[in-house]
Amino acid sequence: MNRHEDKLILGGKEFTSRFILGSGKFDMELIKAAITHADAQIITLALRRANNAKGASILDYIPEGITLLPNTSGARNAQEAVRIARLAREMGCGDFVKIEVIRDSKYLFPDNHETIKATEILANEGFIVLPYMYPDLNAARDMALAGAAAIMPLGSPIGSNKGLCTKEFIQILIDEIDLPIIVDAGIGRPSQACEAMEMGAAAIMANTAIATAGDIAQMAKAFCLAIDAGRKAYLSGLGRIIHKGASASSPHRVFRTTTGGEIICP
Amino acid sequence: MSLKETRINHMQYMEGMEILHDSTIMHEVIDGMNRIDFSSYTENDVKAALSKQVLKPFDFGALLSPAAGDFLEEMALRAQEETRRHFGNSIYLFTPLYISNYCENYCIYCGFNSHNKIKRAKLNMEEIEKELAAIAKDGLEDILILTGESRKQSDVNYIGQAAKLASKYFKTVGIEVYPMNTDEYAHLHQCGVDYVTVFQETYNADKYETLHLAGHKRIFPYRFNAQERALRGGMRGVSFAALLGLDDFRKDAYATGLHAYLLQRNYPHAEISFSCPRLRPIINNDTINPKDVHEKELVQIICAYRLFMPYAGITVSTRESAHFRNHIIHIAATKISAGVSTGIGEHQEDSEKQGDEQFEIADNRNVKEVLAAIYDAGMQPVMNDHVFL
Repeated sequence: MNRHEDKLILGGKEFTSRFILGSGKFDMELIKAAITHADAQIITLALRRANNAKGASILDYIPEGITLLPNTSGARNAQEAVRIARLAREMGCGDFVKIEVIRDSKYLFPDNHETIKATEILANEGFIVLPYMYPDLNAARDMALAGAAAIMPLGSPIGSNKGLCTKEFIQILIDEIDLPIIVDAGIGRPSQACEAMEMGAAAIMANTAIATAGDIAQMAKAFCLAIDAGRKAYLSGLGRIIHKGASASSPHRVFRTTTGGEIICP
Repeated sequence: MSLKETRINHMQYMEGMEILHDSTIMHEVIDGMNRIDFSSYTENDVKAALSKQVLKPFDFGALLSPAAGDFLEEMALRAQEETRRHFGNSIYLFTPLYISNYCENYCIYCGFNSHNKIKRAKLNMEEIEKELAAIAKDGLEDILILTGESRKQSDVNYIGQAAKLASKYFKTVGIEVYPMNTDEYAHLHQCGVDYVTVFQETYNADKYETLHLAGHKRIFPYRFNAQERALRGGMRGVSFAALLGLDDFRKDAYATGLHAYLLQRNYPHAEISFSCPRLRPIINNDTINPKDVHEKELVQIICAYRLFMPYAGITVSTRESAHFRNHIIHIAATKISAGVSTGIGEHQEDSEKQGDEQFEIADNRNVKEVLAAIYDAGMQPVMNDHVFL
């Protein structure tokens, strides 16, 4: 399947790119690089930075054809997240919203409980809701029931570039939740993005890893290739992994049975 | 100067001052500061601190110690890494607006002190609005409202009205005024204020007593607990500082960090920031200077703050030179002021200054010049990162 047939569908809208640019580290060069070199089609937007901005505003840098994903950063509870989402819609940012509810300024961990509440309210108001969450199966189920369009578990603390610290729990979400699972936060290297995609993640969101790279354009491209590689591997079906010893790729002996079947003897 | 015996007890709350009976932070900070021995830190302690992801107060002490003086380069590199990780290449801009310089305190190093013969003024709402409009023209979106510390001349309602006006022109409104009670902070929050800055000046209560001779500011514990009351009043963020050069700067920087650290542990949602002011000359006393806190020591302190609390904002004001500020934004500072006047009523083109300055600033650049310097440094100016909810 080529990339144009393998679409990511969020809230009924189709995307051919599986890379989402976060906007935490706001930078024009970064946005350009993400669109040109990483084929980003979705860019998150922190409303608190864009709100009625005079002069240089992140909104001025978003080209046409790019889907804005306003986030609710700055919200400390469901009520505040709902208010920010409504403000974003009023400003013409569309119906997509990424819910971030954070009441911890040190690690910036999301509050799942409040996020579920906000998801329910906003989904009922017709928003396409993508909740950022700590990978917990019960919470993810509740978010799905509340009307989320995708689930966005964190790989490790935001901005940490530590990769998939929560790998096993993300795998459980991928296996159990019938919604796209988008790994958000903590992806520090293209190889980590590739790994998450191999596991079956639907998309990757990254910001810091690219924003803080020596060559932003080159790193954006590297992420794009890694995400594609991981996706292709996932779609192809990964080979089995032998944990002890080795498995020969070409069998030593093949017995042809009397019924015509083959028995492979390692 | 009055004799010590005739001065009021600086550790005893005055009538009307709210006491936080359930808070232990002040005792923990003072205890921690008294126990720390900077001379006992070795090179290995500094190296260990530099290799950690999450630093404890002991490690913070190591980075402030004389032993860390030989590791400034490494500290700056690590600080830069953490700053980029948490803030990208963004530099936030703001400007202070002084609306009154009346003061009832007698702080011997401050230009506003009630015994200093300067021109006093207080802007009325019409004048404040003109100043706000003039500042907003430059594109700034974050303002810090300041007053001298006079509850009579600039009462809470006056500050609240000014904050409401400021909210019309600015998206982020902070205050740096006298400490107040929780309900008063709650009132100002309703008026649009989300950030509160209070400088403890020095955390050494004995030294504090000799510098703050009269007025409400003399009461050390009431000032200390201001940030905690502000958070209880619903403020989103609080800022901390010791005025470096008043006392042992290492101890003061350590106590400042510990104060912020403990408050964050008790109020995890709080947005924390540091200011790093050094003493400056004032009108009628141009000999005031930061003594042993040279730029090298200041960089050490700023890097230590950054590594101890990587997610905290760090403000470097116009007390420092353009040269210093242009460099420190590469390493650890995240917020700088521009177009600054510390006098009263100086922002409108057609009006003359009404009241004198709090201190002499060292960086006179206007907003355009500061913006140009940020772009030249390959960084991104950010005017606002806040939505008032």
